[in-house]
Amino acid sequence: MTIDQVTLLPLYAASGTAVLVLLMDLLFARRTATVVAFAAGGIATAASAIVVGVRPATFCAGAECSWVPTPLAVTMAVMFAALTVGVLALSSPSLKIGAAPAGEFCFLLAASMTGGVVIGYAGDLITLIVGLETLTLPLYILVGLRRFAPGEKVSTAGASASITFFLISVVSTAIALLGAALNYAATGAIHLNHLVAGIGPLGPVAQTGAALLVIGFAFKVAAVPLHAWAPPTYEGAPLPVAAYLSTASKLGGVLALVAIVSRLDVAPVVAALAVLTMTTGNLVALRQQRMVRLLAWSSIAQAGYILAALALGAEGVRAAAVYAVFFVLLEFIAFGVVVALRPPASDGGDLLAYRGAGRRHPWLGAAWVLAIAGLAGLPPGLAGLFAKVTVVDALIDQGWGWLAGFVALNAVIGLAYYVRVTANLYVTPPRPGIQVVDPNLLEAATHPRLPVSRAVAAALIVAAITAVAIGFAPQLLFDALS
Amino acid sequence: MNDVYQVMLVAAVALPAAGAALLSVLPIRFAGPTATGFAAAALIPIIVLPFGHDRGWATYAADPPTVSPWAELDLSWVPALHLHFHLGVDGVSYPLVALTGLLTLLCCAYTMWRPPAGGSPRTLLGLLLILEAGILGTFLSLDLILFFLFFEVTLLPMYAVIAGWGGEDRRRAARKFVLYTLFGSVLLLIGVLTVAVHAGTADIVALTGGIGLSKGTQYAAFALFAVAFAVKAPLWPLHSWLPDAHTQAPTVGSVILAGVLLKMGTYGLIRVGVGVTPLGARWAAPLLGILAVAAILAGALICLKQTELKRLIAYSSVGHMGFVLLGIATLTTTGIQAALLGNVAHGLITGLLFFLAGAIKDRAHTGDLADLGGLRETAPRLAGLLGFAAIASLGLPGLAGFWGEAFAVVAAVERGGVLWTILAVLAAIGGALTAAYFLRLLRKVTHGPVGTPVSPAIAGVEWFAWAPLVALTLAVGLVPTLVLAATSLPVEALIR
Repeated sequence: MTIDQVTLLPLYAASGTAVLVLLMDLLFARRTATVVAFAAGGIATAASAIVVGVRPATFCAGAECSWVPTPLAVTMAVMFAALTVGVLALSSPSLKIGAAPAGEFCFLLAASMTGGVVIGYAGDLITLIVGLETLTLPLYILVGLRRFAPGEKVSTAGASASITFFLISVVSTAIALLGAALNYAATGAIHLNHLVAGIGPLGPVAQTGAALLVIGFAFKVAAVPLHAWAPPTYEGAPLPVAAYLSTASKLGGVLALVAIVSRLDVAPVVAALAVLTMTTGNLVALRQQRMVRLLAWSSIAQAGYILAALALGAEGVRAAAVYAVFFVLLEFIAFGVVVALRPPASDGGDLLAYRGAGRRHPWLGAAWVLAIAGLAGLPPGLAGLFAKVTVVDALIDQGWGWLAGFVALNAVIGLAYYVRVTANLYVTPPRPGIQVVDPNLLEAATHPRLPVSRAVAAALIVAAITAVAIGFAPQLLFDALS
Repeated sequence: MNDVYQVMLVAAVALPAAGAALLSVLPIRFAGPTATGFAAAALIPIIVLPFGHDRGWATYAADPPTVSPWAELDLSWVPALHLHFHLGVDGVSYPLVALTGLLTLLCCAYTMWRPPAGGSPRTLLGLLLILEAGILGTFLSLDLILFFLFFEVTLLPMYAVIAGWGGEDRRRAARKFVLYTLFGSVLLLIGVLTVAVHAGTADIVALTGGIGLSKGTQYAAFALFAVAFAVKAPLWPLHSWLPDAHTQAPTVGSVILAGVLLKMGTYGLIRVGVGVTPLGARWAAPLLGILAVAAILAGALICLKQTELKRLIAYSSVGHMGFVLLGIATLTTTGIQAALLGNVAHGLITGLLFFLAGAIKDRAHTGDLADLGGLRETAPRLAGLLGFAAIASLGLPGLAGFWGEAFAVVAAVERGGVLWTILAVLAAIGGALTAAYFLRLLRKVTHGPVGTPVSPAIAGVEWFAWAPLVALTLAVGLVPTLVLAATSLPVEALIR
């Protein structure tokens, strides 16, 4: 077996970043050095993915290859690296006050990025599942990684979120592995391009295997009815980690699903998951009063739209990928604004805590409107609008009009809570029941204007500019994916 | 195609958008003049565009293309979604484009001098400019997906205008508005993509006449279009968002909403519904006609019972849009021309009515008809203007409102058959009821004993905002060819 080392460069860069971060922490034990090394490594990973680009597959045994650089893999590797660096920027305020140990945090995050980079390139089920697990494993710890200052009220929310996530995730991996095993037993295929529908007496076994694979991966994207872990886990995790869970981790699940649905016919399962996911996600989000829970349910609903495109099989892959990229970008901005509006290392809080925040921080408010309107599929940013159009277009093109109708109606339900949470950012302070001199002063005391850390601001600016730019030129994304 | 006109097409959409962007970074004290300046600047391309018209005649051939815009710009934007940045203007869209430019300018100037209570006037001005860009884009689009895109652009700004500067119950009204209209626009999305996927193009010029679409596709697409535009227009029974939105919206919001935003629905029905899916339109015409007449009668009957000034005017819009839709439903040249004229007339007259209602409410601090009264004694000029607008709205011959409503009825009679004759008779009865409720409005507000005293002074900016509308109402009433001059060819092409 010959291995083309150049083709593997993105993987080397990603895993090199993890090792580098570990060594930096070990040798210098300086937070700044570790973070800078991580950021540089992340950017190098994205750059190497772009530079190496689409090349012949490697790690081949005969005709079967395990490392397949496709346009989708390249784009997603860049996305993973960018999201990781972004999440690093979002966590810089809490690293600064020591809410999480910088060295461990950075190493785990870098390890997770390595797993993400692998998923897109994976050419066989083993590599795929190993990549997915490498992406998820560090997150079990990251979700619960929270140090409390002396005197600070200690919360076990992170630890219990971590346990929830761990248990569900392990079960889902077991299911996916069982699926892979059954499929292998029936068809003998482990490489993705050899996946075929089973025939003969072993056909049902292969079909069960395929369905189990989809179900196992559906856990990762938090598809209903396999979603129950997501809201408590997001809520208990530190905000930047919740951002990572709902963007990069979700992207990993989508990529794993892409690998299966584009080769095996599992349309009925995926379509059913899609309808359930978007409808349940949106309906439950309507009643949420906690910010992160609302975002969690909204991201469940959004996963439903991606699943709707994936129900089309290979024809829907591009639409699903485009939607996923737009979604993670907008979701990242939304989480970034939440991080910027909250004190360092705090949780997402109630919606009430955000009352009038858009008036205190006009630019953060603008970024929030851009992100949330986009998630609702509406301008001013065109990214979300094109995402919606792309998915509906693909569905109608393949004759799935009824599913397009579901997507469209869900967009209306979704807008109800997106509007509610956004309007809350712009309401004027209520007049308190008791006589006070100035309601504005009272509001300023209960809802202080917090300074925004530079790293968070930079991450938000870059993400917002990217979202606006790619909204105007979505063809760039379509071209990158084909 | 001459380059100047292409630049002008882009400028018409880009200038307001650029103005809105600039507003967000300028200090607040420059906001008023900047916004008004950009709104005025956007009128320049709008004034220049008709000069491109003459070139259209030169290319007149034995078999002219279905849509022959005076000026056209076609750039590929997102090939993967069949999306072209395809703008153009012709006789069908131009009157509405001009109306949009005019009303936005008036509203910006009005806001500059009379900022409504609520959020910062700078944001309101920015939103008005974004609305203008979205509405102009909708009227100028010659690509279905681009049309949808601009259609969506107007959604959230209008929500924000109502929710930020509205009355007591503004948030509920704004939410109702945005959810209703988004429901309409997602149906539009499905319809638009159905057409684009089946025809392999989204170019309105290529698609007009239903070329390349099977009968079944046209039926399905028209059903989607009809509901989508019926929500926007709004057509009875999908109108229930409208009274709340109008009652709660600030004056300028009501003016834009009634004056041009609703027209996106009727314009879309003509351009996209009738133009792209003619078989579907023919199939659904009787139903549309029945609903239109139901809207006329329901609107008029509800108006007779209204006790609030703005709510009454809002419900009168339901009736007027009913006439416009009746005109469209006949699918005759007369009917569609009546609809186009009715659109413009309603924009002018209802715009004026909402300005006046806002002025009365600002002065009297109440919009309740029971508390108003004797306006002709306390504020004779205001009473005179209100009388003029109300009489124009009820369709007095010689004023703008007459032509659209009368010829919608005429078109229905011309169409012939039992159904259409009955519809014409009922619509005419509805017209009489319209007169009844407007006269009742005048009796309650201008006549009778003085209810709430109203200061008679009319500020300069109010004259500035009202005078063009009064003048145009008169002008269009006397010379309807102002609007219809260039419509006969495109309309005939549309229904051929």
